[in-house]
Amino acid sequence: MERINNLDTLIQMQKEFENIMEIRKSTVTNTERRELLICGGTGCVSSESLKLLENLKDEIKKHGLEDKVRASITGCFGFCEKGPIVKVFPEDVFYVGVTPGDAANIVSTHLVQGRKVERLLYEEPALKKKVDTQHEMEFYKKQKRIALRNCGLINPELIEEYIANRGYEALGRCLLEMTPKEVIHIIKTSGLRGRGGGGFPTGLKWEYASKMDSPIKYVVCNADEGDPGAFMDRSILEGDPHSIIEAMVITGYSIGSNKGFVYIRAEYPLAIKRLKNALKQAKQAGLLGQNIMGTGFNFDIDIKYGAGAFVCGEETALIHSIEGGRGEPTTKPPFPAEKGLWDKPTSVNNVETFANVPAIIINGASWYNKFGSDTSKGTKVFALAGKINNVGLVEVPMGISLREIIYDIGGGIKDGKEFKAVQTGGPSGGCITADQLDVKIDYESLYSIGSMMGSGGMIVIDEDNCIVDIAKFYLQFTVEESCGKCTPCRVGNKRLYEMLTKITEGKGTEEDLETLRTLAETIKLTSLCGLGQTAPNPVLSTMKYFHEEYLAHVRDKKCPAGVCQSLLRYTISEEKCIGCTKCARVCPVSCISGKVKEVHVIDQDLCIKCGACFDACPVNAISKG
Amino acid sequence: MMTRTLSQDLYDQLEGYIDSIEPTEAALIEVLHEAQHIFGYLPMEVQLFIGEKLHVPASKVFGVVSFYSYFTTEPKGKYVINICTGTACFVRNAESIVREFEKALNIKTGETTGNKKYTIDCLRCVGACGLAPVVMVNEDVYGKVTVDDVYKIIAKYTE
Repeated sequence: MERINNLDTLIQMQKEFENIMEIRKSTVTNTERRELLICGGTGCVSSESLKLLENLKDEIKKHGLEDKVRASITGCFGFCEKGPIVKVFPEDVFYVGVTPGDAANIVSTHLVQGRKVERLLYEEPALKKKVDTQHEMEFYKKQKRIALRNCGLINPELIEEYIANRGYEALGRCLLEMTPKEVIHIIKTSGLRGRGGGGFPTGLKWEYASKMDSPIKYVVCNADEGDPGAFMDRSILEGDPHSIIEAMVITGYSIGSNKGFVYIRAEYPLAIKRLKNALKQAKQAGLLGQNIMGTGFNFDIDIKYGAGAFVCGEETALIHSIEGGRGEPTTKPPFPAEKGLWDKPTSVNNVETFANVPAIIINGASWYNKFGSDTSKGTKVFALAGKINNVGLVEVPMGISLREIIYDIGGGIKDGKEFKAVQTGGPSGGCITADQLDVKIDYESLYSIGSMMGSGGMIVIDEDNCIVDIAKFYLQFTVEESCGKCTPCRVGNKRLYEMLTKITEGKGTEEDLETLRTLAETIKLTSLCGLGQTAPNPVLSTMKYFHEEYLAHVRDKKCPAGVCQSLLRYTISEEKCIGCTKCARVCPVSCISGKVKEVHVIDQDLCIKCGACFDACPVNAISKG
Repeated sequence: MMTRTLSQDLYDQLEGYIDSIEPTEAALIEVLHEAQHIFGYLPMEVQLFIGEKLHVPASKVFGVVSFYSYFTTEPKGKYVINICTGTACFVRNAESIVREFEKALNIKTGETTGNKKYTIDCLRCVGACGLAPVVMVNEDVYGKVTVDDVYKIIAKYTE
């Protein structure tokens, strides 16, 4: 692509590429042209979507449709549960669960004969009927896609498509029509807050950094998405990498910096590949590097790789990691905006935060702050996972209730099970129970019920999950990820973990519960960084809302969900046992007695609860609980 | 100086990479990434080599290697089986998949079989939560894995 040297050239290009978008935005319908978009995110790629694309292209060629039909990849549609997804434009038909073997059928039936492939359409469970388009699906009805605006709409590997959807226009307007102060003012009034979890006002952060008197400043994009179960940052980088580049250059212009870094997890190879490709294209087009858009402004971006340390999501730790050292946090103040990377003023912002910036600049602060609640403006992307029907990525206006997210968008609990809790905020957050489902989601309300927004992971837990086991899972995570610098986190969390293990093994006492709480509160108060200060949250919140379940473990020595192995009791039903001796033969401690064709009995004192008999019984005569 | 036992060719490759970038302390992590890519792991002799090339004390190199879980000082098997134990996979029973792999290969998580063929490891979230529980064998991803799938997956990697 030739260099873009002014705003006019960019706008002209936008018009030139407009035809790419018109068929996808369904503004043109009476055409023989067709366009197929196939999800190319990590989830769908794992389900062979790239092979599917190849097959579709072969079939299109076989039918001589190359001139009329284009097939290409796009970013995550969010409906990961039923991936891979294929969308056909201009009809806007939404096919789900498409395999490489379906390519021939889609081409011959839909593209040649003009009939939809019924069996690949999504069946809306509530209506019990197939729906043709995305707009008819409950999953999408309550969503508002701003940060994810280009995911599922453009090919992330082509800068032309980003430009066609008004990409880099915000950058052009900032550099050519606004002062840095004006840009910061827009972001401040938009009410945008840090989407990585902290919730700090983005405009304020930029303003602090801009006021620092230093010839060298840095912009850092935090793409170290370590919260297990959250994958929005990865999806944005895979589906819309140019939006991050554009926003980083805008930040650089606002705070007076010429150098940016993207700190990304090494575990995200596809996101890295797309980002590298986008950086190259942006440079060639003169939208990054020297003399951007002919304005004399220079800004360059380098990629830095994480190496598997959760604590590096904390901004001071992240900075030390970019510097090449151990990712250990340091106390704030000084904040990175004053003294950050190599002691220079640094603005660290999260991927999703950045993705909102170009949209805010183009549409204005008052457009953005129309969405959301009083204290939290705009939208938030959540990663719905766990025991929910529609696992996926959803973007909703702040202030929506959890009930709407879980039942209307998420389609309720898997296999008709009972909802138990939803865990938000990852290892730093807490559990939210059924009576709190109507709480409006924003930074403050989640905090007030003992959880937090975090990066937006939402894990749904059902009756089959043990709450003590979940708390133990998170503690194990924190113990492994604690950097070891401060004692409360290094030692304290380890003790919490040991106590929880003791409880799940049936060796806990009621006094332990009190010790657990006191220790958890001490760790919260005395740890050095966010990781340690929030690590006890999963324990405290589950203890608060599921006290009975903890009591059952320590007092009755029972695990109501039937998860904790040591608390299980295996028994053989007299009615069902056929005396086949299979259980007795697999028992490693020979604690099952009985003769052939007679009822067998388990000696509870000797049983080690391994479950081998349970698996071996051919007539399901053995029950656990 | 410690005697080097690993192939000189691999050292030349690493040296070529280090010479192509600005050899400063800030490049330490990316050099370690590249070294692990080339050698498969980061034994002491490689760490010392990197320290010398970047003019960074060996203690600092070791400090960084031991801090990040991505870096390993032990060689891994030909097939690294990574079971995702992120939250979404955890609540969908990833633990039982881990136990089944351990049983099938008769090693614990983090260990490598005697014939250097398989290593079992856990990782934290590949972000394919729609496919939970997820297992990766080298670059291949398997989704919605059940206990019964475990043997089928292993059977694909016998060469």
